[in-house]
Amino acid sequence: MKKTKFLISTAVLGIATLVAIAADHIDAPAVQGGTSDITDFYAFEGEDDSNIAFVANVQGLLGAGSDTQNAAFDENVLIEFNIDTNDDKVEDLVIQATARDGKMYFFGPVAPSQTGLNSTIASTTTNQASVDISAYGASAIIENANGMKFFAGPRDDPFFMDFAQYGQIIAGNASSFNSPGTDTFAGTNVMSIVIEVPKSMIGGSGTINTWVESKRKQ
Amino acid sequence: MKINNIKLYAIAILVSVTALNCNNDDDINISTEPNFSGTYTQEDQMGRPAVNTVFVSSGMKDAFNTTIPSEQGAAFQTMFQNNLEGLSPAYNTPTDANALTLTSAQFTGLLATDVLNVSLDGTTTFYDGTNVLTGRALADDVITVELLLIFGGEDFSENPGLSNDNVNANDKAFLSSFPYLASPW
Repeated sequence: MKKTKFLISTAVLGIATLVAIAADHIDAPAVQGGTSDITDFYAFEGEDDSNIAFVANVQGLLGAGSDTQNAAFDENVLIEFNIDTNDDKVEDLVIQATARDGKMYFFGPVAPSQTGLNSTIASTTTNQASVDISAYGASAIIENANGMKFFAGPRDDPFFMDFAQYGQIIAGNASSFNSPGTDTFAGTNVMSIVIEVPKSMIGGSGTINTWVESKRKQ
Repeated sequence: MKINNIKLYAIAILVSVTALNCNNDDDINISTEPNFSGTYTQEDQMGRPAVNTVFVSSGMKDAFNTTIPSEQGAAFQTMFQNNLEGLSPAYNTPTDANALTLTSAQFTGLLATDVLNVSLDGTTTFYDGTNVLTGRALADDVITVELLLIFGGEDFSENPGLSNDNVNANDKAFLSSFPYLASPW
């Protein structure tokens, strides 16, 4: 019995170690596999080149079917896009997103009431909007407000990597990648939040620093 | 007997916590406006791809996620450098550099502050052969770029078997219009 348990825990540990190599999927013990686990963050010029699109993905490695069907944004989790416009690595503006009863609510860009590890929701800002969370299997629902665009719902995981082979290399079981490699994230989904915002609302010109955070209601 | 008492107390505490949660839910349901009050505390953080997973030692990953970017460099750069030099033979000597002409100390000094630089003036890409760290587009092969900078040496020629995972694109085509990401599988 004890031996079985030991073998199982060893196997689980082995898998966890292997799995802990990705964009940010399952990156740390406190968040891995949970509703606040950020898998990826993207920021790029939009189809309209006067805009920047931000993407935050959470809850990675969702399989097609019931796995994705049953996935939901956690109403106690706040996803916060941070924007530093003066290169001091401290957020000058935030865009906050949090789900309530089938909708994703957005606040910002707005100067946060406090910077750092703790946040309150900027529920009095004039820059606010909401979008119905798109259902699995239905068309994407897009909301336009204040010159911005908003989406929330399940999407294909845009990340690609042969991370199984990377794990083999790190573990000392292989000395190189395969050619061609195998995309470990093929066929998997994430819960995605996409925002498009005019550049004029996040600094206008030059280079900004951006990052995304997940924060849980205390 | 004592153990049973402790168990009972534990159950009582569990029940009271659960009951409190139910009350909170009831309050939200009764209210017509969603409740946005309260304080939210950080659990995960990400700027550039794969930074925490590759450069942070296993016991420090939660600490990295809950350190603000302006303090990450001072707290984690040395660990990043040690892990990079342990991982890659392309940084065997202090003067070894990558294709950005950054030594292990300089490269990890950049990466330890985990923010994504984004240009508001033009091309946004992690690396496209010309532009470096001006954003991150969906189709950017960020892992190969990072592998090249970790293993590829000064001219991308070192350790060829380690500097490309040979997965160069996503398994579903991206959209040209918002929301850009492909529909789910």
